[in-house]
Amino acid sequence: MVLREYLKRRLVPAVITLFVVMSINFLLFHAMPGNPFALLIRDPRMPPEMRAKLAHAYGLDLPLEIQYLLYFQNTFAGNLGLSLVYKVPVTALVSERLINTLVLVTPATLLSILIGTVIGLLSGWKRGGKVEISALLFSLLTYSLPVFWLGMIFIMFFAVTMRAFPTSGISTYGLTYPDFLSYLSDRAAHLFLPTAVLTLVLLGQYALIMRSSAVDVLSQDYILTAKAKGFSESRIIRTDVLRNALLPLITLIGLNFGLIVGGAIQTETVFSYPGIGRLVYESVVTRDYPVLEGAFLAISVSVIAANLITDLFYAYFDPRVRY
Amino acid sequence: MAGLVMLIGFAIMALVGNFATPYATTGVGSYEEILKPPSLSHPFGTDDVGLDVLSQVLKGAGLSLLVGLFAGAISVAIGAAVGLLAGYYGGLRGTVLVRFTDVFLIIPALPLIIIMAALLGANIWNVIFVIGIVGWPGTARIARSQTLVIRELPYILRARSLGASDRHIILRHVLPGVLPLLFANAVLVIGSAILAEATISFLGLGDPTHLSWGTMLNFAFSRGALFAGAYWYVIPPGVCIALVVMAFTCVGYALDEILNPRLRKR
Repeated sequence: MVLREYLKRRLVPAVITLFVVMSINFLLFHAMPGNPFALLIRDPRMPPEMRAKLAHAYGLDLPLEIQYLLYFQNTFAGNLGLSLVYKVPVTALVSERLINTLVLVTPATLLSILIGTVIGLLSGWKRGGKVEISALLFSLLTYSLPVFWLGMIFIMFFAVTMRAFPTSGISTYGLTYPDFLSYLSDRAAHLFLPTAVLTLVLLGQYALIMRSSAVDVLSQDYILTAKAKGFSESRIIRTDVLRNALLPLITLIGLNFGLIVGGAIQTETVFSYPGIGRLVYESVVTRDYPVLEGAFLAISVSVIAANLITDLFYAYFDPRVRY
Repeated sequence: MAGLVMLIGFAIMALVGNFATPYATTGVGSYEEILKPPSLSHPFGTDDVGLDVLSQVLKGAGLSLLVGLFAGAISVAIGAAVGLLAGYYGGLRGTVLVRFTDVFLIIPALPLIIIMAALLGANIWNVIFVIGIVGWPGTARIARSQTLVIRELPYILRARSLGASDRHIILRHVLPGVLPLLFANAVLVIGSAILAEATISFLGLGDPTHLSWGTMLNFAFSRGALFAGAYWYVIPPGVCIALVVMAFTCVGYALDEILNPRLRKR
């Protein structure tokens, strides 16, 4: 019962957020004076009957509130319009790129959580040591670095100078693969540097939060009890510290999806990786507004969904929510 | 402390760069000096049109700091207003404001900044406005939680029983209590605003008529400095961005520790 109540409480803000995102999209792209869709028919060389025809085709002659309702109807029907550049439905383009992004972002997120947790636990366990200070410095450094710049440095040293990895793209252009394994290894080689950049940039925060919550948990009485009972250090860390220190970490993961998206946009742009972040960049450069609008919607929906999933994990790990 | 020293250093650098640079930062340099590695006359080398990199780094400092300060001020002002009102009023009005804040915490910031910058067009004031208007939810949360604490203090009740208006209480009695935390938070917000400016300038959405570190990196990237191995062109602007953001972050956390009573007790 409590769980259901909890989920209901989480679902409402998600729906509100979706509504706000769509309204922002409508406002920026369709309602603001001088918006790109109004500009479509403002070419002075265009004959008036042609202009009326186009305005009618795009629904620009309808009152704004009707356009707003139609926008919602179309979006929920999965119709996001046509790309001005690629001349394909935005939905198809966006979903194809979104999958590529997931392939990049998922391992990077998991790796950064894993490594960050280990670093955080270690530095929280041995307080005041060299590990703690270097972990703090490292976290501060990765927080302050521009992600795109780290990507540029990686390309310059690991790809151009050392020639250890490809500089850009998702696979080698024009290469035919003798078997599936060589295809996989080519993809993996292209993924290595972007994943490394994204992981490095994200893991500092996880290390910081894990350290502070580990310090918090370690000062609790039940840790002393466990030590008095003669449990080994690794057992205490595994059963008592990790489980209790995990909750703030999960909350942070939920808050961080926006950051991950920001990191992905920068990494994908630098490495020319055809994900949704690169799509945002490309559509800004080519002024492909339907795609820009669709990509923003898709990114927001993914972040909202990821937040809901994190809430489920939180419920699973926090017995206070479950019972 | 180290952060403060660095900030002062960058402020001086911005001033110097604004008024005088060793070489010209616009136009085209000499043909013989294209992408030359660091030397005595050009300590950071030259770029792909033969311009001195050090001069550009000096020149770019001003814009990065300017955008950071103004955008940070906008964010903190909005965040403080929303947070104070949400905390002071509670009830339906408070809940609506809290929900509003939560919504903007979830919406991914960078894509929103990119879209707005792309639609509004590239000039400094648009960039400042866009970064400022997206960066406030964190501040609002902090302002609200501190307001909730102050609201319950006896002197607020006293002021109210003397017939003070809500407006008077918020501005004269609640705001001074929240201000120290806002100040610490503002320093952190400026740091992330500088990072945001660098990012969107790198993506080509910055003001093309003003040089910033992000714009420099955009030029370096799009004109093939990476493949020429011109590390002297790529490293200085990036290191500057990282150092400035790091300095603001250090000072912000230090101020927070001094000014935040909850952190001080520990």
